[in-house]
Amino acid sequence: MEITGYNVAFIAIAAMTVTSAIFVVTLPNILRSALFLMFTFIGVAGLYVLANAEILAAMQLLIYVGAITVLILFAIVLTQQLMGARITQTSRNIVLGGVAAIAVFAFIATTFVSHFSKGSDMIAAQPAVPTSDPLLMIAKMLIQPYVLPFELASFILLVAMVGAIVIAKEDKD
Amino acid sequence: MPEIVIFLLIKLVMTIVIFALWMTMVPFMIWLERKVIADIQIRIGPNRVGPFGLLQPIADALKLIMKEDITPAKADKLIYPIAPALLMVPALLAIAVIPIGGMVTIGERSFTLQIMGEYRGPNGFFVPELDAGILLSLALSSLGVYGVVLAGWSSANKYSLLGGMRSSAQMLSYELPLGVALVGPLLLASSLRLNEVVNAQSNFGIWFIIPQFVGFIIFLMSGTAEVNRAPFDLPEAEQELIGGYHTEYSSFRFAMFFMAEYLNMVTISALAVTFFLGGYRLFTDIVWLQPIWFALKLMLFLYLFVWIRGTWPRVRYDQLMALGWKVSLPLALVNLAITAIVLAYVPKRAVLVLTITSIVLITIAYYGSSYNIRRSTDMTARSGYARRHLPESEETRI
Amino acid sequence: MPPLSWYLYVSAALFALGLFGMMTRRNSIAMLMSIELMLNAANINLVAFSAYLRGHTMVGQMFALFVIALAAAEAAIGLAIVINIYRTVKHIDADEINLMKW
Repeated sequence: MEITGYNVAFIAIAAMTVTSAIFVVTLPNILRSALFLMFTFIGVAGLYVLANAEILAAMQLLIYVGAITVLILFAIVLTQQLMGARITQTSRNIVLGGVAAIAVFAFIATTFVSHFSKGSDMIAAQPAVPTSDPLLMIAKMLIQPYVLPFELASFILLVAMVGAIVIAKEDKD
Repeated sequence: MPEIVIFLLIKLVMTIVIFALWMTMVPFMIWLERKVIADIQIRIGPNRVGPFGLLQPIADALKLIMKEDITPAKADKLIYPIAPALLMVPALLAIAVIPIGGMVTIGERSFTLQIMGEYRGPNGFFVPELDAGILLSLALSSLGVYGVVLAGWSSANKYSLLGGMRSSAQMLSYELPLGVALVGPLLLASSLRLNEVVNAQSNFGIWFIIPQFVGFIIFLMSGTAEVNRAPFDLPEAEQELIGGYHTEYSSFRFAMFFMAEYLNMVTISALAVTFFLGGYRLFTDIVWLQPIWFALKLMLFLYLFVWIRGTWPRVRYDQLMALGWKVSLPLALVNLAITAIVLAYVPKRAVLVLTITSIVLITIAYYGSSYNIRRSTDMTARSGYARRHLPESEETRI
Repeated sequence: MPPLSWYLYVSAALFALGLFGMMTRRNSIAMLMSIELMLNAANINLVAFSAYLRGHTMVGQMFALFVIALAAAEAAIGLAIVINIYRTVKHIDADEINLMKW
């Protein structure tokens, strides 16, 4: 492993991502968990930038950080007894969960990742730099080969929007 | 010296210059606001500190910093101190994508006056402009919600909490029309790069405010709401919420909230200038004059913000939500659809057709929405009942 | 340039942490947050493969885009359900929500 700017940046961002993710699942104060969830998502966006996916990074910031986490914060503030009285939460089965998580990580690391860790004719050593305008490529793919999933996604979002309103609406009677 | 060092040095200098422009705009804006509001209300305004009271913002800042920094006893010890920073940092970062000038050439190096802009050095050293420029800017502006909602929650004060909730709901709702309103100019420029948008306006020979008038109006409205300015300043309505989400804050942390609000306003104005008023281009293409044109247009826009604040009363919360979801968003979507159709079928005459359609659309929208809002808010003076049963007089007219 | 395996390790770590949170947390919102972590882990994988797999540029990014859209839908519906449950039973502890009707 050589020390280059990219490698150092990757390690810094990855460390930030994983550390904040650890805080997300262990902190007793759920609002602080949500705050660290934001930092995790920002770190993931940073990883996207390092993989030459700037547009996806911007999408990640816009949707995950700007909308989903804010929604979660909103839900926390709406559902906890306010003013910090019941903001703490309990965790159960910590040993079991820890063992399972470590087992899954070890399994993925030993089988899946090691399979791709050495270079091959399929796997490049460096992330590919998009040949043409990446935005144009994404746009063309959305319109030509992926038009059906695209339309389906819009339909699902519509259904989700209507559903969320219907579910969360208070019954007047 | 290797090229990368020169590149970083040039970017550093540029960052400092652009940052300085923004940071001088903030106290200027505070002074302008107090002067213009005073003028509108037939007062004199600040006139003691410095010529025309120009040094008043500095005196204000000094006063704030000298005060004691109080943390409420029940406040969250981790989140309460960092909430102002969470608001301030995205506000500062959003500056990075805005171009304040075109291509500058010094010797064998040329670059645009934009922090995340294009850079060409000798021997093929080339850094392109950020692809997703406007997406990044919108994403960063949406990060400001965190500071507000966390400040409101961590203060352990119900007024702060209410202010924070109101504000986050408002910012989330107005983000959508804000983003969609910008898609029209982006379609015309066919690029997400802000520099390309500016160039497209000079290629078309017309500022996008004319063919995209609907988009401009929606952007202005949702931009005002996004930065919590009057008439959409419900999160900090003094009369109802004793200040809102920053009630408990004092000293420099309060100053940070204040500064973030003004920084956001300057950034929104800069986006509006870039997208609708031709950006840094005016009259000539002399590069070193372009930041001056940009600053002039920016000041024009900031004046508009103050003017709006001085003349409009605050809207009610339900009116605010109705305006966001029932008027702005559908209108922005219709505008987007029309722009796309026109560009697909009559690309040659797009500007002319779009100008006509935007005039038609804004007329329909004005009458439609004023009818709708009047109907849905029967508490206003000119409700349906009043219109039918009361004689027309100066008092009943809004 | 970091090799592909680094991305996969980070993604595996995020996935395992999401799983841990899913198993130990009892607060419904915290569980939703863990699900988001796992979805992000999958997204990192997709983006990394789209960058490193020869001849398939952008395909992984496409899928990641759809995953983000679905995650948004999931969060909206999930949080709406949580808020509704809170209105009915006044808490959101997933273990205690064991009645179909109140």
